[in-house]
Amino acid sequence: MLIQDIIRKFINENFILDEEAHLKDEDSLLEKGVIDSTGVLELVAFIEEKYGITVKDEELTPENLDSIRNIAGFIWQKTKATSTQEVGQSVTP
Amino acid sequence: MLLHEFLEESARRYPNKEALVQKEERWTYRAIDEKANQVAHLLRDLGIQRGDRVAIFLDNSVEAVISLFGILKADAVFLMLSSLLKPAKLSYILNNCQVKMMISEERKLHAASEVFPSIPSLQSVISVGMEAPIFSEAPFQVLPWSEIDTLSSGSRSKLPTRNIDLDLATIIYTSGSTGNPKGVMLTHLNMISAATSITTYLGNVPEDIIINCLPLSFDYGLYQVLMTFKFGGTIVLEKSFTYPYEIIKKIVKERVTGFPGVPTIFAILLQMEDLKRFDLGCLRYVTNTAAALPVDHIQRLRKTFPQATLFSMYGLTECKRVSYLPPEELDRRPGSVGRGMPNEEVWIVDENGNRIDPGLAGELVVRGSNVMRGYWGDPEATDRVLRPGLFPGEKVLYTGDLFRMDEEGFLYFVGRKDDMIKTRGERVSPKEIEQCLCSLDGIAEAAAIGVPDDILGQAIKIFISSRDGFPLNEQDVLRHCKRNLEDFMLPKYIHFLKSLPKNANGKIDKQALKGLR
Repeated sequence: MLIQDIIRKFINENFILDEEAHLKDEDSLLEKGVIDSTGVLELVAFIEEKYGITVKDEELTPENLDSIRNIAGFIWQKTKATSTQEVGQSVTP
Repeated sequence: MLLHEFLEESARRYPNKEALVQKEERWTYRAIDEKANQVAHLLRDLGIQRGDRVAIFLDNSVEAVISLFGILKADAVFLMLSSLLKPAKLSYILNNCQVKMMISEERKLHAASEVFPSIPSLQSVISVGMEAPIFSEAPFQVLPWSEIDTLSSGSRSKLPTRNIDLDLATIIYTSGSTGNPKGVMLTHLNMISAATSITTYLGNVPEDIIINCLPLSFDYGLYQVLMTFKFGGTIVLEKSFTYPYEIIKKIVKERVTGFPGVPTIFAILLQMEDLKRFDLGCLRYVTNTAAALPVDHIQRLRKTFPQATLFSMYGLTECKRVSYLPPEELDRRPGSVGRGMPNEEVWIVDENGNRIDPGLAGELVVRGSNVMRGYWGDPEATDRVLRPGLFPGEKVLYTGDLFRMDEEGFLYFVGRKDDMIKTRGERVSPKEIEQCLCSLDGIAEAAAIGVPDDILGQAIKIFISSRDGFPLNEQDVLRHCKRNLEDFMLPKYIHFLKSLPKNANGKIDKQALKGLR
């Protein structure tokens, strides 16, 4: 599964209010009201566990986390930085 | 004096001073005052009259600030609506106070479009942005924000007004025990009194720079703007605390001196390990309200912000603020929310309304010019909380909060008189949660209670029994709640029972539920 799809699934199961609401990859999670501050922490905990990476406090920024696309890009960067994990290769940056 | 004179007076004294910073935008007092005058002209042109209710449905933004002052300058009453409001409650509020006009933005208008046909009082909508969105069957006119420069003939001068300080400035909706929200009516005098008392004990000066990441729909957030404009300081406005690191960087960059927060915000901050890297020496004070901070957090916060004094406070929308703990008392009485603020009197009564001795628990009563005028359109509910005071015609506020007071007048929170839950500083009606739960197919019975929680004050715990043949799980229930309830009303704990315990009258026995583990 692509990183985007994994993140989308997690968001859908944990945050999304309406099943019909279609979230685009580039939509701002904050502006769309999908996520709040506790939500961001849940999301970070999820990606840390799932991808075995550590998200530093200073990396908690909208550029890294505020859309499915940004999150996928961020994970790709992080995993690429540590190793060439399979999961990183399945993503188109 | 009127509330918008906070802005007008600062615009006169410090016309070119930075009043508001938001992202890359920097606004002077004069610029905000002129835009607010334009909004007032536009409102008048659109038929807004003295006392009409105008809703602001926006995220924290300069437009929300300009709008609230513009509405006041037009002698109207503003409503700051929470972005979290779900359609049913939004519709209830707009109808309850007969909103005539709304200032919002395209995304929120589309999200709320289903409720508009049920708001006959709504005549016009201003949408922030370049162009007005199109609602083909809207029974009201929709104008773009840019009309404030053109339609109102662009006048930047002050409108003549007729309001006096006994007129309403705002209505703030708060949870009611019946499940429907109640509109707290606040006059110009109420708000000026509260702002004056608070800025007095915080010792605010024009050099203060306040960062606000609390929603303006929360009175604690709203007052940050009002108070900053009163003392002629600068407000750094943030949409939320979602990205804590960004807020910390902002504090350093803007040399922020005042940081208001709630326990959840401080809990997140204290989890940030590399906070020490930052020079936060600019902070002069940190304030906390909504729920008492755990003692451990108080100590760690002081280590994190060694130069800053920490104010522990308590209040309720009906009077804004009740008490504050002078920072020098923090070590001696960490569990206290302090004593009455300047120009306000508080005492504790028994069930018959008689004052009781220190050390005993009873209901807290508040007397001051900051006490509201009552609940909009609900004289019975008003009479329950506003009762005769010391002088003929005077009313004092019965808070419904149980406290005990020590010999020196310091207050300690004990609990609620009714079964309202206090979580994240918000009063939450268990009935509202229960009604929501029972609207989910398959739920037979539901009950909500508050349980002690270090960070939230109380956390919400729900008990559910489902009907046969409906295999509901936690996820289903939470999803349903998220769709229908604001975030702060969401349950932290969900328990499934075969059936709920009842008392002799056949009602759900909440005491028994509180005893369950």
